[in-house]
Amino acid sequence: MRIRFEKRPEPSRTMQLLTPIASVLLTMLLGIAIFDLLDFDGPRAVKEIFLTPILASYKWQDVAAKAAPLILIALGLSLANQAKVWNIGAEGQYITGALAGAAVAFATSGASGSWVVVLMLLAGVAGGAAWAAIPALLKVRFKVNEVLSTLMLVYVALQLLSYLITGPWKDPNGHNFPQTAPFTAAQQLPRLLPGTPIPPGLAIAIVLTLVFWGVAKKSIYGFEVRAIGAAPDAARYGGFDLARTTWSTLLISGGMAGLAGILEAASQLGQINLGFPSGYGFTAIIVSFLGRLHPVGVFVAGIVLAVTYVGGQVAQTVVHVPNATGGIFQALMLFLILASDILVRYRIRFARGGGADPEAVR
Amino acid sequence: MSADFVISALVTIVGVSTPILLAATGELVVEKAGVLNLGVEGMMLIGAVTAFAVTLSTFNPWLGVACAAAAGLGSSLLFGLLVLWLGSNQVATGLALAIFGIGLSSLVGTSYVGMIIPRFTSIFPDALARDPFWRVVFGYSPLVYFALATIFGVGWLLKRTRPGLVLRAVGENDLSAHSIGYPVLPIRLAAVAFGGAMSGIAGSYFSMVITPLWAEQMTAGRGWIALALVVFGGWRAARLLSGAYFFGILMTLELYAKASGFSLLPSQFWAAMPYLAAVAVLAVISSREGRGGEAPACLGRPFLPNG
Repeated sequence: MRIRFEKRPEPSRTMQLLTPIASVLLTMLLGIAIFDLLDFDGPRAVKEIFLTPILASYKWQDVAAKAAPLILIALGLSLANQAKVWNIGAEGQYITGALAGAAVAFATSGASGSWVVVLMLLAGVAGGAAWAAIPALLKVRFKVNEVLSTLMLVYVALQLLSYLITGPWKDPNGHNFPQTAPFTAAQQLPRLLPGTPIPPGLAIAIVLTLVFWGVAKKSIYGFEVRAIGAAPDAARYGGFDLARTTWSTLLISGGMAGLAGILEAASQLGQINLGFPSGYGFTAIIVSFLGRLHPVGVFVAGIVLAVTYVGGQVAQTVVHVPNATGGIFQALMLFLILASDILVRYRIRFARGGGADPEAVR
Repeated sequence: MSADFVISALVTIVGVSTPILLAATGELVVEKAGVLNLGVEGMMLIGAVTAFAVTLSTFNPWLGVACAAAAGLGSSLLFGLLVLWLGSNQVATGLALAIFGIGLSSLVGTSYVGMIIPRFTSIFPDALARDPFWRVVFGYSPLVYFALATIFGVGWLLKRTRPGLVLRAVGENDLSAHSIGYPVLPIRLAAVAFGGAMSGIAGSYFSMVITPLWAEQMTAGRGWIALALVVFGGWRAARLLSGAYFFGILMTLELYAKASGFSLLPSQFWAAMPYLAAVAVLAVISSREGRGGEAPACLGRPFLPNG
């Protein structure tokens, strides 16, 4: 008995849809096993993490608030990933976006009018894109591997944030806490859209999901990105510009991360503090893979991951597991979705004996 | 500047350099084989909590370190199997390993918070280890000497021996190595396993030497600095070793800036420097091609021979 992998002529659509769902379900089972092994109440923990946030309607706002940044960042990352441009520094771009927006807020302090917050959002996009422009420049000019450069710049951004909120931007009335002064009413978006339970970030995420979907499906740019990712040499031959795609995908994914950052600061937190960098930029990488790089998939996956964030906090108080535990589930999900990727591209055949199969292609 | 101050600064620099040197030595071998494992931080934390748990129950620090190595190795095999045999994306799988290790170590470690173990200190007689001068040579944990021995060993192995040559061949051109009959995937798995063991040992340095207790995420991002160090060293053992001490100086300056509250530059500047330096070095070595010492050609690329 031998197991062979046979390459499919086309990636399987069924598998593309089934494997993420199977991964989430299998994650729950594995989670129960791991928690039980470590003498925690496994079934209870999994119930609190995955089901409570969905079943308890008062948790929905929390889920929506956490899903918004994840979806926004992951939409950009999915675009870059399709071009095989690996931006893993979204966490840094999320931070610089928020810092750029805050800089606008502090420069226009005292001003009122809705243009203030609009300007802050634009600055957020610019701040994130600017941080991503560094690896883009390095890649196009010096062929620097963007995986390493984007990752390194996350930690530079973290230090920049720490410097600003403990130094020049420290709130003079903040009892020496490392945080900025709270944004004024003119510098903030409401936590929820008036009259609805929807955070403004999620509304923007819904609109942008549709925009990204349209671009991917209908535009030449969407085709160009996919073509360059699938066959860079052929795409270059066909007249597509690799450098331009590197620039555009990094700037767009950086801008999206920056937008998520300033939205989080100006709508959910109302200031920037040490707890601001909460790992959304890294979790969004899981979201983009779980969503199979498809805008609608990303939207759904963003909600799933947001559930584990909120559920992790529930489990912390109910089952007394540390907050980082949610990370175990997120990581398991990513492991499983990556492992199951092979089912999308290959067909598994169980062959008797060891004879060579002329049909098998590598 | 008094002699005492210089000695204590040197001891601090060696101390903070050691864990990143250990982890980076492992990652150097992994990357030389053409695999990029971003999960160092997670493997270090798994090693740290394992070392603490084993030392607490057996009072044997050597066993603690050995089990930390085994735990790091075990977690790296998970990564290796996914990446090598299922051809999964190395960047994403490595990140998953990092997140997994952070979460698992916190969960396992909840019952150890607040406990303390004896520090794994110098095995030399006190006359040497505590001598105001000689402690700069003899006053360290055995892990410090182990780290030095390993980087010299790895440097020699990669440059001067046949197995080292095969390892580099696998990382530079997997197809050619495969076609002349070297088992690419098992060689890569062995490299990944070595990297995992070294990360586990690096983690044990935090919970046994720096502070002999367990705290959530006690490695505080040093796993990412280790990755930066491999880049900064241009994938060469000698430069990696000097880079470790350079990063150690930066981290020590950060500590002093934090502790004293005033210094030439804010502590965050020193903390950001290793990453900025790595990016700068990356730009320099990537732009001059074909001069040796740059990134292994197959770094991060999956290799699926057949089936």
